[in-house]
Amino acid sequence: MNALVESDVRLRLADVPDPEIPVLSLVDLGLVRHVRITEGGTVEVGISPTYSGCPATSFIKSSVEAALRRGGYPAIRVVDVLAPPWTTDWITPEGRRKLREFGIAPPLAGPVSCPRCGSPDTVLLSEFGSTPCKALHRCTRCLEPFDRFKCL
Amino acid sequence: MSTRGDSGNHGAFVLRLADSNLVLAQRLGEWIGHAPALEEDLGLANTALDLLGQARLLLTYAGALEGRGRDEDALAYLREEGEYLNCALAEQPNGDFGDTLARQFLFDAWQLPLYERLASSRDPQLAAIAARGVKEARYHLRYSSGWVVRLGDGTAESHGRVQGSLERLWPYTAELFDADDIDRAMQVAGIGVDLGAVRVDWEQTVAAVLAEATLARPGDRPWHWYGKRGEHGEHLGHMLAQMQALQRAHPGARW
Repeated sequence: MNALVESDVRLRLADVPDPEIPVLSLVDLGLVRHVRITEGGTVEVGISPTYSGCPATSFIKSSVEAALRRGGYPAIRVVDVLAPPWTTDWITPEGRRKLREFGIAPPLAGPVSCPRCGSPDTVLLSEFGSTPCKALHRCTRCLEPFDRFKCL
Repeated sequence: MSTRGDSGNHGAFVLRLADSNLVLAQRLGEWIGHAPALEEDLGLANTALDLLGQARLLLTYAGALEGRGRDEDALAYLREEGEYLNCALAEQPNGDFGDTLARQFLFDAWQLPLYERLASSRDPQLAAIAARGVKEARYHLRYSSGWVVRLGDGTAESHGRVQGSLERLWPYTAELFDADDIDRAMQVAGIGVDLGAVRVDWEQTVAAVLAEATLARPGDRPWHWYGKRGEHGEHLGHMLAQMQALQRAHPGARW
């Protein structure tokens, strides 16, 4: 029974978008640490906060609660799991693909490729971009500026 | 100070970390809309957000250790200046862009090796906050040291001004490494760190960056200022007056 509930909860979380990058779900971002059903029947979801400065953290928690409430779960608890700290390595391969399609270079080690034309000839414009998780780069071939998800 | 007992020391130790981050975040926030370029506005604001995010966790934890029911907001908005335990470096006014980046560099070069060690603290909550903070501190240090190099190795004007910034800020760095009873008690308990070892790393970073920036390391001065004991200059009170005005005028106000 619990296994069924857990897989249903995970399916629903896979539909909860990140508020800043709505093409990604919380599951794509690798934020879901655990789903547990307590003896009293409360569904507990453990979420890794991303960057300390991410203003979306509390919004993400309320989105999880809202999604599970819509799914008919009356008792929900969302807890922060600080350790181990979230890393961009936990973004799923599917998440990386979606990021690239959305025009954001995914957080991979090595040269940063332009998400539009694929050229590896890019320059860093600013260490800090439009949100705490992104830096600003520019492609020297197609000349388009683009965001890159910071490696963390 | 040693009469506080271990739990009092523990709370004060966490509060010092929290307050240094909170006060510096507020200072950096004063730049929003005023930085010399949009990228720098974003850089300073994002650094402030990281420091504030860490401060919120630390304040919440310090409140729990204190056990008097104070949450992060009560600690941030309803304490007087003398109850703030931030390092004095953090409260120094922004000055010009070079002053701000010099302050940030001296702070980041301290926070990174501090967090690296706190990440293996015997206190799991502190270790978790620090482990996440390490990556952020490393990012901040790259940004601030990049600017110290650019300004120091820039024009005669920028070189002279940022050298002046370092001279003015230098005396406030002494307390970062001067262990007092609380620091020592926490180190013995395996919660805190060896500030002497943090200093070795800090000196190495500072020496390398100042060399690249063609700047001179200021000489150590005999006077020390201990913000971490609640001793503050004239500036913190003004900053808190602005930061706390809304909660003081409308206690309990919420968005």
